[in-house]
Amino acid sequence: MTITALPGVTDAVMNPAIKRRPAEGFTTITLIVRRFDPEVDSEPRWVDYDVDTLPTDRILDALHKIKWEQDGSLTFRRSCAHGVCGSDAMRINGRNRLACKTLIKDLDPTKPIYIEAIKGLPLEKDLVVDMEPFFASFRAVQPFLQSHTAPPEGRERLQSAADRERFDDTTKCILCAACTSSCPVFWTDGQYFGPAAIVNAHRFIFDSRDEEAEVRLDILNDKEGVWRCRTTFNCSEACPRGIQITKAISEVKAATIRRPDKIKIA
Amino acid sequence: MVSLKPAPAPGRVPLPKAPAGTVYRGHEGMWSWVLHRITGVAIFFFLLVHVLDTALVRISPQTYNGVIATYKNPIMGLGELFLVAAIVFHAFNGLRIILIDFWSVGTRHQRAMFWIVIALWVVTMAGFAPRQLMVIISEVAS
Ligand code: SF4
Ligand code: FES
Repeated sequence: MTITALPGVTDAVMNPAIKRRPAEGFTTITLIVRRFDPEVDSEPRWVDYDVDTLPTDRILDALHKIKWEQDGSLTFRRSCAHGVCGSDAMRINGRNRLACKTLIKDLDPTKPIYIEAIKGLPLEKDLVVDMEPFFASFRAVQPFLQSHTAPPEGRERLQSAADRERFDDTTKCILCAACTSSCPVFWTDGQYFGPAAIVNAHRFIFDSRDEEAEVRLDILNDKEGVWRCRTTFNCSEACPRGIQITKAISEVKAATIRRPDKIKIA
Repeated sequence: MVSLKPAPAPGRVPLPKAPAGTVYRGHEGMWSWVLHRITGVAIFFFLLVHVLDTALVRISPQTYNGVIATYKNPIMGLGELFLVAAIVFHAFNGLRIILIDFWSVGTRHQRAMFWIVIALWVVTMAGFAPRQLMVIISEVAS
């Protein structure tokens, strides 16, 4: 079988004796990926890959290069590749990041870069985890608009700019799970709703058009609800959308204890 | 494709575990929480012992005095130093956590507040540690 030459790569892959030299502008970085194949491995294992990258490449590009040029069995999730869909949250050098938003130049390319699946959710294969517990908590907070009054005839429900501003931050969530899987409480207590679910509850609790804030506050005013938050700020630091998650959680905490006067549903 | 591994023993399906992997690299928030936990547990065990030894005074003041006398040695002196260090951190950081939860802009200033906690801790310990070390040294000397 002949393999069509890919510049600078295939020779070295085919014949490890050839010293690889990256093309102009490229640097060779080492990615150490924590891999797990449920059909073969009983424990995850670390595997090294050398990849030629540009400083402006993202970790996702490096993973693609591995998958396309070195080892097609490397499994990870991605879709939009532009920080919108939330599929490729992973632990990069010990911190949760989106692979598609992490540039090589923002890491130290002289040292190996460690890539692993997000923590606290069941590992399925390589960088893919079972997201179901995460989405179950998301669904449990009723993340949809609930109003018992009909909108004005032939019009949409109006909202002032100030009322919209109230929950603007928490509308940005892309459900990537970077926050929930960075939370030490969630790692040890899988029952905790987790930051993402609270962020999405916040988005409707403080929406002036919604009328079921009380129900959501009841759901979250629970041992496994907002009170599990220990303000470690890992979630706020991990969120690729820059949502002030711990702030949102503490606003929900405050709302549950200051009911009902604080929550005025207009 | 044929699986390379022998079939798992019946009843023991190897469930993929969550990867332990590297230690999560949190920032001030996470490490303050770790310290708060450790100091909290340490203080709890001290209080447990402290309640027990103080309860002795009701049973037998002589035994109580005897037990307290055994505390007057350099090892216990160092233990007290660590205890005070733990309590001071736990107390100041506890105030920080209260501010995070109840002060409307507390979450925004959590990082600065952490370093204030550390500064207050250093100042307090600078007042206490030399005194305690003097006591320990005089115990060793006597
Ligand atoms: S809050 Fe941020 S980190 Fe959490 S799921 Fe949404 S976008 Fe991801
Ligand atoms: S691939 Fe869609 S967010 Fe990264």
